[in-house]
Amino acid sequence: MGVGIKVENLNAWFGKHQALHGINMDILPNHATAIIGPSGCGKSTFVRCLNRMHETNPDARAEGKVQVKDMNIYGEGVAPVDVRRRIGMVFQKPNPFPSMSIYDNVAAGLKLNGFRNRKKLDEIVEKSLRSSALWDEVKDDLKKKSGASLSGGQQQRLCIARALAVEPDVLLMDEPASALDPISTSKIEDLIFELKENYTVVIVTHNMQQAARVAEFTAFFLLGKLIEFDKTEKIFTTPTDKRTEDYITGRFG
Amino acid sequence: MSEATPQIQWHRRVADKLATALAVICVLLVILPLAAVFIYLVIRGVGSLNLAFFTHIPSGSPGEPGGGMANAIIGSVVILLIGSVIGVPLGVGSGIYLSEYSRGQFGKVVRFTADVLNGVPSIVIGIAVYGLLVLRQKHFSALAGGVALGIMMIPTITRSTEEMLRLVPNSIREAALGLGIPQWRSTLSITLRTAMSGVITGVMLAFARVSGETAPLLFTALGNSYWSTKLNQPIAALPLQIYVYALSPYDEWHRLAWAGALVLIVIIVATSASVRWVASRGFAGGAQ
Repeated sequence: MGVGIKVENLNAWFGKHQALHGINMDILPNHATAIIGPSGCGKSTFVRCLNRMHETNPDARAEGKVQVKDMNIYGEGVAPVDVRRRIGMVFQKPNPFPSMSIYDNVAAGLKLNGFRNRKKLDEIVEKSLRSSALWDEVKDDLKKKSGASLSGGQQQRLCIARALAVEPDVLLMDEPASALDPISTSKIEDLIFELKENYTVVIVTHNMQQAARVAEFTAFFLLGKLIEFDKTEKIFTTPTDKRTEDYITGRFG
Repeated sequence: MSEATPQIQWHRRVADKLATALAVICVLLVILPLAAVFIYLVIRGVGSLNLAFFTHIPSGSPGEPGGGMANAIIGSVVILLIGSVIGVPLGVGSGIYLSEYSRGQFGKVVRFTADVLNGVPSIVIGIAVYGLLVLRQKHFSALAGGVALGIMMIPTITRSTEEMLRLVPNSIREAALGLGIPQWRSTLSITLRTAMSGVITGVMLAFARVSGETAPLLFTALGNSYWSTKLNQPIAALPLQIYVYALSPYDEWHRLAWAGALVLIVIIVATSASVRWVASRGFAGGAQ
C-alpha cells in the first residue's frame, strides 16, 4: 500500500544557490501527483529531496521535514540508505546496470543488500517484471541477456521493475518518459495507472498533457517555489494564480 | 547544382581514400616492430628450446652445453606473484579512492604522487628497495624483488583504474544509490564491475611492463644459479638470466638467452590472454 508524504518547510541548496524555498505539500497515498514547471524551477531537485538523493551531489544540502508514514526522512539518525529503500526512484534516462543480466538488474536492490533466498528472489523478479509490463517480452532470456541489450522503452520498464523489487512505499519518477518514443511513453503512462493501486507515485514531467493524463494532483513550481498545488483538473482549467495560468497557456516556459 | 555534384564527390572520394590509407599505414607501422621482435625471437630462440630448458637449472661451468632456465622461470613466476599481490590491490584500491571518494586537495596530492612514482626510473626503485629491505635483512631476496616490482605496478594500475571508473556514467551510480544500496557495495559490485574489462587491461599492462624489468631486480632478487623458491633467499629471474647470459662471451649462453627472451614474451602473452578470457565471460563485455 502506498503512503502519503507530508512536506513541511523544505529548503534545498546547491552550494550557495538556494534551489528550493520553503516547500509545503501534502501528497496523498495511492494517487499520482505531477510536478510541472519550466526548466530550472526545482522540480527535479524537489523529488530528489524526497528520497535524499539531492545530497549526493557535491556541495548540495537540504533542510526541512518530510514525513513518510512514521518517519521524518530528515530526522536525526535516519540513514539515507534506509530512506531510499522505502522510496524508490526512476530516472530520466534509462540506466540499467550494463554488466548485469535482466534478472540481476531486477534483483540487484535485494541481492546487494544481502537478500539470499533464491526461490523468493525468483518470485519477486517475476512479480516486479509483471508489474512493469515487461515480463512477457523478456521471460525467455532473463539470465541470458544483458539489461543494456534491451530497447530504450524496455530499459525504462526494467528500471521500474528494479525499483519495485525492493518493495517501496513510494515511487518517484523524474521525467521517466522524456527520452522515449511515443509508444513506449504510452506504455509507461498506462503503467503509472496500474502502479497507483499499490504505490504513491510522484512524477516530474515536462509535458503538460502527460500530467493531465496520469495525475490526479498537480503542483506547479517556479523559481524554486511551489506556486500552486491542487487537483489536476483545477490547475489546468481554473488556476488560482496568474503565473500558473501564464505557464499552462504557454505564455512562458 | 547537379553538374557540380560529381566533382564534389570525386574530391571527397579521394580524401576518404587518403585518410583510410593513412590510418592503415599507421596501423602497419605500429604492428611492424612487435611482429619483427616476435619473429626474430622465434627464429633465434626456438632452436634452443627443449625439455631441458624447462626442467634443468644452468649447467655447472660457464659456456658448457646443456642446462636450462627452469629456476629462472619459476623465480620469475614467484617474483611476479609477490609483485601482483602487492601492486594489484593497492593500485586498484587507490584508483577506486581517486575516482569514487576523493574530493578536494588530498585526492590531487595522491594523483600527483602516483604520476611522479610512475616517472621514477626503475633502477631508482631497485636502489630504494635495496636500501629499505636488502640492507636491513642483510641479504638479497625474492621478497625484495617482488616488492620492487609491486611498487612499480602501483601507479600504473592506480591511474588506469581511476580513468576506467570515471568512464562509468554517473547515472549508474545514481541508480544504485536510489535502490538503497550502500556506497561501498555499489562501488564494488556495480561501478567496478561495469568497468572491469578496462581495469583488467590496466592491470595486465602493468604486469607486462614489470615482467621484463631487469634493473630493479639487480639489487633486490640478485639472481641465483641454483634452485631456490625461498622468499628470503636470492632468486633467479628470466630477465636477470637473459641479461647475464647475453653479456657473456659464450655462444651456448647466447642461444639460451634468446630462448629465455622468447619464453618471457610467451608467458606475458599467455597470462594476458587467459586473464582476459576469464574476465570476458558473463556480461563484462556488455559494459560498452
